[in-house]
Amino acid sequence: MIGEPAIEDLLRELTPQVLGALVRRHGQFEECEDAVQEAILAATVQWPTEGVPANPRGWLITVASRRLIDQVRAEHARRERETTTAIQAETRGDTAEVADQDDTLVLLFLCCHPVLTAASQTALTLRAVGGLTTGEIAAAFLVPEPTMGARISRAKQKIKAAGSTFALPAKEEWPGRLGVVLHVLYLIFNEGYTASSGGDLHRVELATEAIRLTRMVHRQLPGDGEVAGLLALMLLTDARRAARTTADGDLIPLGEQDRSRWDAALIAEGAALISGAMTSSALGPYQLQAAIAATHAEAGRAEDTNWRQVHILYKILERIAPNPMVTLNRAVALAEVDGPEAGLELLSTLDGDERMAAHHRLHAVRAHLLEDAGDLPAALENYQRAAKETASLAERRYLESRAARIKITRA
Amino acid sequence: MKFLLLMHMNPTVWDALTEDERNEVMTGHGAFMDTVTKSGEMILTQALADPSQSAVVRVRDGERLVTDGPYLEAKEYLGGYYLVDVEDKERALELAAMIPDAKVPGLGIEVRQIMFDNGELTV
Repeated sequence: MIGEPAIEDLLRELTPQVLGALVRRHGQFEECEDAVQEAILAATVQWPTEGVPANPRGWLITVASRRLIDQVRAEHARRERETTTAIQAETRGDTAEVADQDDTLVLLFLCCHPVLTAASQTALTLRAVGGLTTGEIAAAFLVPEPTMGARISRAKQKIKAAGSTFALPAKEEWPGRLGVVLHVLYLIFNEGYTASSGGDLHRVELATEAIRLTRMVHRQLPGDGEVAGLLALMLLTDARRAARTTADGDLIPLGEQDRSRWDAALIAEGAALISGAMTSSALGPYQLQAAIAATHAEAGRAEDTNWRQVHILYKILERIAPNPMVTLNRAVALAEVDGPEAGLELLSTLDGDERMAAHHRLHAVRAHLLEDAGDLPAALENYQRAAKETASLAERRYLESRAARIKITRA
Repeated sequence: MKFLLLMHMNPTVWDALTEDERNEVMTGHGAFMDTVTKSGEMILTQALADPSQSAVVRVRDGERLVTDGPYLEAKEYLGGYYLVDVEDKERALELAAMIPDAKVPGLGIEVRQIMFDNGELTV
């Protein structure tokens, strides 16, 4: 007999498929979503004691459809007869055929609709595609459940108002819309990996969830290089998780991490994915970032890092997706190749950039390079400034300790 | 990202307002709360009691010393706050501008980003 954790995994896997099937047939995203949540709840109660049905997806679709009928009855008592008949007719139809279709991707596009803010896209994706409860999502983002509930229901209303249909976007919209989907998955991963606020550096569940969802997309679109690139980037980044913080939760920079604690299996999977993607499809920003992460992963010791290759990859990334953050990272690589002065010179091109104004990373990187160049007073000043500007407690502690180290050296 | 929208109260400014103006500020808070709650951005809001009621606790040589607030003479004090979770700082500033106190000459809303959160909010 199948155990409860296995049932939970199965339900999470089936949620988007069941919701997709329902929305495809009946429209009414919001109502379908409620019905699916109820069906999942019924399964959680029933399956562990009565066993998993032979066709779990069909079971869930049937139960959810029934719940939907109940809802429609309650809400439109006036039109009860005709609506019920219509839904029943459809429900009685070839459930198996519809159930075989995997609508996860369509659902993902709907949840990452461009009319929504990133925060709403994220919340809706986790709920509808990830199958997390509102309470779980609220806990992951450290907000009260009613706050998250209001955000999700607002998102659903907006999608409804935008009049979007349950279908894959048109061909010409495809790249842009897939870009939004990948960005949302990336945000979920990052939120779990480096909590932007909070003392706890890892919120494991979100990073794991992002990887699971990206795997799902990769299964649906195995030939898309950017999907593979994003998945590889997540795996290669997540591989460093255990080495990234001390037992007290303090940050350890890449160069000082104990590389024997990196997850070799994740690195192997990520590296294979990215090399496959880069040889078979058009280059994109996620692939390049994954290739950079793979280059770091290849080095057994920090001093073995192929910085020349890292620098070239950042240079290509800078060309296809110009962004001051990329230039900042390229400066780090350039400093490793040509010395800290070269890095500092490149950094100075960012001084006038509004997007970098008051961003702690610029001052943190400059502090490191100044320290390497031997200009300790300026390094100290930049560490202190960066420590003030960061909104992450773990980062602030790290930057303050670097500043303290300089003070001791100078004293 | 989470922000605290701090409402600094200045009794001299507040007392100079007419009854109608004061009522307008109070009703405005209701409308503001409604807006941010529906948008899913509101985490919590609290108003603080008058500072004449506050105490300051100090421990010196293991002894607890309690005195009246040293801030009684201050022209401004913290009157209350909103804790919100928003898309970006720009939105936090936009919300701050919607708080009725922001429109009162002499008053303003301080916007501070949250850095540490223990994650045990159950409102």
